[in-house]
Amino acid sequence: MSAETLVQLLYLVSTALFILSLRWMSDPETARKGVFSGVAAMTLAVLGTLTGVIATGGTHYWWILGAFALGAAVGYPLAQVPLTAVPQRTALSHAFGGLAAGLVGTAKFFLYFGQKNEAALAPFIVVALVAEILLGFLTFTGSILAAGKLQEVKWIPQRPVTYPLQNVSNLALFALALALGVALVLHPLAPWAPWAFGGIILLSLAFGVLLIIPIGGADMPTVISILNAYAGLSAVAMGFVLNNKLLITAGALDGSSGLILSIIMCKAMNRSFFNVLFGAFGQTTTASAEGEQKAYKSDTVESAAQVMEQANLVVIVPGYGMAVAQAQHKVREVYDLLKKRGVTVKFAIHPVAGRMPGHMNVLLAEAEIPYEDLVEMDEINGDMPQADVALIIGANDVVNPAARSDKSSPIYGMPIIDADKAKTVYAIKRSKAPGFAGIDNELYFLDKTFMLFGDAKAVMGELARKLAGESGH
Amino acid sequence: MMLLALTETPGHASGGGHGQLDFMGALFVFMLATFIGLMVIQRVSRLLHTPLMSLTNAISAIAVVGAIIVSAGKDSPGYITLLGLVAIFCSTTNIVSGFLITDRMLKMFKKQEKGAK
Repeated sequence: MSAETLVQLLYLVSTALFILSLRWMSDPETARKGVFSGVAAMTLAVLGTLTGVIATGGTHYWWILGAFALGAAVGYPLAQVPLTAVPQRTALSHAFGGLAAGLVGTAKFFLYFGQKNEAALAPFIVVALVAEILLGFLTFTGSILAAGKLQEVKWIPQRPVTYPLQNVSNLALFALALALGVALVLHPLAPWAPWAFGGIILLSLAFGVLLIIPIGGADMPTVISILNAYAGLSAVAMGFVLNNKLLITAGALDGSSGLILSIIMCKAMNRSFFNVLFGAFGQTTTASAEGEQKAYKSDTVESAAQVMEQANLVVIVPGYGMAVAQAQHKVREVYDLLKKRGVTVKFAIHPVAGRMPGHMNVLLAEAEIPYEDLVEMDEINGDMPQADVALIIGANDVVNPAARSDKSSPIYGMPIIDADKAKTVYAIKRSKAPGFAGIDNELYFLDKTFMLFGDAKAVMGELARKLAGESGH
Repeated sequence: MMLLALTETPGHASGGGHGQLDFMGALFVFMLATFIGLMVIQRVSRLLHTPLMSLTNAISAIAVVGAIIVSAGKDSPGYITLLGLVAIFCSTTNIVSGFLITDRMLKMFKKQEKGAK
């Protein structure tokens, strides 16, 4: 068996293991097998590549080993972050992925260019190279910025940044990058080719920044998913450049995952891809004017505890506020105390609650709440009229009934959790300010709604104490 | 410091398997893999979307394959090797942190304990 055949066989098994790895993610029962399968696939991929490199007379092995060691040394602490920081960790790792693809593309181009290698710079390859660096570097800066916004780094604006002619100027830059790309495809060995290539790199880096600055926190789940898809597609492009089918398959798996997650997120916000990327939500803050005379009814935690004790079904709707306050463990205490009294407690999870897909599920799982009680929006909505209490913890737009009824609302048409159909609603909210979209939430002004103002962790802690204390009566 | 030899034999990139390019074959693989990906991912439980994303992070670090090929090229100038090594570093970071954190999260998803109800 030739070395090349062995390499391809290893790649073949690796591909199969990658597919199985994702297949096993369909169920929490088998999901951990999926990770082991993924690790095995990656190990085979690296071993296969090293085999091929050794057989064709490679070099720099100590350097390569050093890069591996350094990467592992940085990667390990990145895996130990608190779970509330998972969105920014994910964004950061998209950035690393994009950078890796961009650098490999750059290296390949200059290698071929230096060799005056016309065969290797065939039009098909150059198209793939341009796609690789465009997606790679765009993902790099875009993800760094997204991570910064999620981490709430001071010098990165949290609110969407918009300016006149934003979309026009972005499109013009993109057109310029494409024009450079076309020129490069036609004349890959021209003396100016390295400059054109460098120009594309700079434009991609700028493009990543420009694409993310108009995006606000609530759109982050969609944006992270899109960046996920880009990182995968840049690996696909690298596969085309290197004629490596393992890169193409693994990249395509990642790309389709990002695509599906983006579609789910967009549907859950009733917005299109295009609208998320180019329709900065920022300007629509005028809608709150007529809501001024309405007044909140607030209530004490003590009476909330009494109402919940008497309930048969309590539905908890968590949102980003729960993550910010790190309230999940207190939520678990309340959950336990209510369960002990025979109250059924369910969690209603909106697909875009939080800052990345599945964010709430992970936080609640961390607090050891059994996953059977984490219910998707579509499933829980049928039960909402039977719920005695809907307890809203730091969620806002995802329970705003204006999405169903008010055609002028910016969130009109977005599917929501029907918290307003519960018999009584308690909403924990940090302040009286309106939510992300800048619109008042009608839910808070209903007769059956009572507000519990304060930090989610503090309020849930007090609720737990009240529930525990009353057991002595 | 690093090998600075210029290329002697243009035409074949070492280790890249560049012989004849099979554009169509590559496109077919891409198309089929995308469909498999879409179908497999559609069945992933919504509970697990965050771990899914960490896992695909690690999988997209397959770019390490390209990075190794670039770094190990014996005919490349030093700066190209350096680009490859940085790419290996970035990919390895994702491989290690991606798989570890996915496993860490998945360990937390627990079923109802029996008898606890």
